[in-house]
Amino acid sequence: MTLATGKVGIICCSGEDLPEGTISRVATRLVLEKLRPDQTVTLCLPLFLAGGEDERAFARVFPTIAVDGCDKKCAEAGTKKFSGKPVATILVSEIMKKYPRLKVKSREKLDPQEMELATKVAEEIAKKVDEILCKTAKK
Amino acid sequence: MENHKVVIVPCSGIGKSLGTVGRVATYKVIEQMKPEETRTVCLALLTMGDDDALKLVRENPCIAVDGCPAQCSKKNIEASMGKLAHNIVVTDVLRNNRSLKPDGVIELNDQGDKLAEIIARILSEKVDEILHKVKRE
Repeated sequence: MTLATGKVGIICCSGEDLPEGTISRVATRLVLEKLRPDQTVTLCLPLFLAGGEDERAFARVFPTIAVDGCDKKCAEAGTKKFSGKPVATILVSEIMKKYPRLKVKSREKLDPQEMELATKVAEEIAKKVDEILCKTAKK
Repeated sequence: MENHKVVIVPCSGIGKSLGTVGRVATYKVIEQMKPEETRTVCLALLTMGDDDALKLVRENPCIAVDGCPAQCSKKNIEASMGKLAHNIVVTDVLRNNRSLKPDGVIELNDQGDKLAEIIARILSEKVDEILHKVKRE
């Protein structure tokens, strides 16, 4: 991983046991690949937690957003423990409450409804990225 | 040891497609091939020291599925004092299947899915071996 200026790190939980973990993962990649490709990088949470020095160094220096599937908030807690408090946390289970018609059940491949929810989560992440970079630019 | 399940823990590395290959292979086993004999646990939850997650990996045989040689899943299971029964590294399996070019993180391409199938079959055989051994102990 190369350190770069003007970037926001997105750390998602990728929780394997819950569909919300897959939503967190897909939403993060949507931001990286489609919504804000030039402004964001992702950090591998297991590597970060296992002691990846590059990952920890990035999260100490650059603003991060944690994307968690459930209220155990592993991405937020892990980032806080090993680097610094994330600037923002996006909680998939909270966003789901705003869209009760969108049900999630798949952990492997997302169906169109689940992909719609992942897109909503990705849009929330992108909004936060813009807010953070706007604040950073003003400083 | 009765009613024990094999806990399959993929690293879910998000930077490259190989993390997704391991994750998809895991779901193929726990949801389709061996749903009664296997389950997974959130790796991040385990690493953060959640009591239930720790109990699960300490009381059941585990298989780590890692995308790359950093082997985060294996290391985290060992650090949690889990019962690591086996580990698979996707790059090792890819080395034996050089014609496959996996791509995609949100969704794997066909070759990535084929690699996940190959790994799922290896995992499934390993699950049988492990449970057979456990029953004999």
